Amino acid sequence: MRYTYVRENPVFRFLFVVLIPLAILAYVHFGTDPYYETVFVLFLVNIIPCAALNLTNGITGIFSLGQAAFMALGAYISSLLTLEPKTKFAYMPQIPEWLGNAHFPFWAAMLAACVITSLIAVVIGFTILRAKGHYLAVITLGMVIVVKSLLDNASNLTNGSRGISGMEKYTTMPVALLCVIITLYVLYRIRISAFGRSMIALRDDEDAAASLGIRHLQIRLLSFVVSAFFAAAGGCLWAHLERVIAPSLFYFDETFTILEMSVIGGMATLSGAIPGAAILTFIPQVLADLSNGFTIFGITVPKISGLSSIVMSIVFILVIIFRRGGVTGNSEYIVESMFSLDTYTGLFRKSTYADLKQSLLNIGKRNRQPANEESVKEDRK
Amino acid sequence: MVFFVGELISALKLGSIYALVAIGYSIVYSIMGMINFAHGELLMIATYALWVFMNMGIGFWPGSFLAIALTVCAGILIERIAYRPIRNDGESVQIISSLAVSIFLESMCRAIFNASGKALIIPAYFSKTFKILQTNVSVIDLVTFILAIGMTAAVSIFLKKAKIGKAMRAVEDNPTASDLMGIDRDKVIMAAFAIGSLLAAIAGILYSGKYTSFNYDMGFMLGVKAFIAAVLGGLGSIYGAVLGSYLMAVLEVFFAGYLPDSITAYQTVFVFMVLIVVLLVRPEGILGSSVKRS
Repeated sequence: MRYTYVRENPVFRFLFVVLIPLAILAYVHFGTDPYYETVFVLFLVNIIPCAALNLTNGITGIFSLGQAAFMALGAYISSLLTLEPKTKFAYMPQIPEWLGNAHFPFWAAMLAACVITSLIAVVIGFTILRAKGHYLAVITLGMVIVVKSLLDNASNLTNGSRGISGMEKYTTMPVALLCVIITLYVLYRIRISAFGRSMIALRDDEDAAASLGIRHLQIRLLSFVVSAFFAAAGGCLWAHLERVIAPSLFYFDETFTILEMSVIGGMATLSGAIPGAAILTFIPQVLADLSNGFTIFGITVPKISGLSSIVMSIVFILVIIFRRGGVTGNSEYIVESMFSLDTYTGLFRKSTYADLKQSLLNIGKRNRQPANEESVKEDRK
Repeated sequence: MVFFVGELISALKLGSIYALVAIGYSIVYSIMGMINFAHGELLMIATYALWVFMNMGIGFWPGSFLAIALTVCAGILIERIAYRPIRNDGESVQIISSLAVSIFLESMCRAIFNASGKALIIPAYFSKTFKILQTNVSVIDLVTFILAIGMTAAVSIFLKKAKIGKAMRAVEDNPTASDLMGIDRDKVIMAAFAIGSLLAAIAGILYSGKYTSFNYDMGFMLGVKAFIAAVLGGLGSIYGAVLGSYLMAVLEVFFAGYLPDSITAYQTVFVFMVLIVVLLVRPEGILGSSVKRS
């Protein structure tokens, strides 16, 4: 095989997409202080609901604003299952006996939370997915409001607006990384399956897709439910990272943050979730330090509260006007490289190293030679 | 009976606020086919502007006029900067853009005025009360109701008689044909935003005058509810928006008034149930004709 561009070369892809990120994560995990590790784990956790949102918003074209609602459900259900019984009875004396005594290991609780949330999503989706466009956006936003209102008021299950705290910190770096890889892999397989192609067909031309026998509601429901499943997983990881949950944490701010990640990263691709989550996790951390006031070239900038949300909303508007595809555009490069076998097998072929050398030399030359016919023939043999 | 009249009156004043906001949604939707999620923030802009003007020592009336003028400018500016470049793009792009504007305005407001609640002190004669059927009604409630009905009438006359109003109806009816007739669509859309902002500004001042305290996130929830009211009545029709607003206010107030307290906490749940039921049973709303844009 002959790779014309550097970015197509398996060795380069392995370095860029697998080895360097893993090295950074390993360095953060073993090397530095716990604060940075928490930030990095938060980044990993954010990828999960964001990639799930990309499946509905960008790939299927059902514009949902309700990701925070499913995250809230996942967070609450899993926390209720992992908490120590005596903590639960201390917070909520009225809790039903069987639930109060339930004490599950983390993975079982997470799976249960995801499954219950997706069952709820089946019921919700079946009623609301007949609506489209703006209507659907408002209904899913309503979902966030409704879930918050339910959590606020069902205080014998959720301790009301005060929330619950005291979960064990189960979400460590390896756990989060494993969850991210599983999520991206499953979503990627769905994306390239017949279901995924039907989703894209529905997004691009609904009538044409229907004429080819693609069932609207079925495909939309599948996308919605899968998205809810992974959003719940994200919520569960989030709850066991921050170790405090309250209804107000899963409200408009959270749902809009996930939406911003998805749009800035690139809504139409799963890969977009990674740069999107990185931008929306790390930049606010930097800006949070700056917003307490700082001095630059002798000018003292006063304290600005909420600087990061101003900056991020401006970036948001600029992205939607000038670069609609977000950071990744329509390229599925990152996720594709992560899960293509070629990335790993290419390391053991001698020719890829020769190609890498050749294509590195070609960088900057205007007329890059496409793979010549002879080598194509060789490949066919 | 007294309780019923009291509930009805509070439904009417809530419905009047919804109506003023919902007309703005309706006009913009009928011309551009987009929902302006940042519409609710215009209420916030008007209220904060009035608060600043009154703190500067300008009286209530001149302050109100300045605030309304400022809000209209803001509405036109938002359209020019954030909506014109994406006018012909898909629905999701429009939703994202208007949400982005909404987030931006809210966070700017929070950064400038911080998150604590502010109080608007309106002239004393607004809070005088008189009795209708043994129920106390304050002057500002009456003003709200009269203004809502009056502005609805004014807007519908404007759409029928004024030249730009006729142009707006033409664009709504058939955008391509109206382009061919030489109607400047930019101007028409600008006029739609100006009218919507004007009504939203009036609603914002009346709302915060009535409830005296306001916050940076006052507009969003009110905007969402007014949108639901507009859908209920029939998005795209002004009378539909008004009817839907009063209907929704009546449903909401009576839900809170007549049902036991344990259920009343779920008022917002009920509001969205109404939306879902309307969309399933009659997606074009009560007064709307068949849905034009899919």
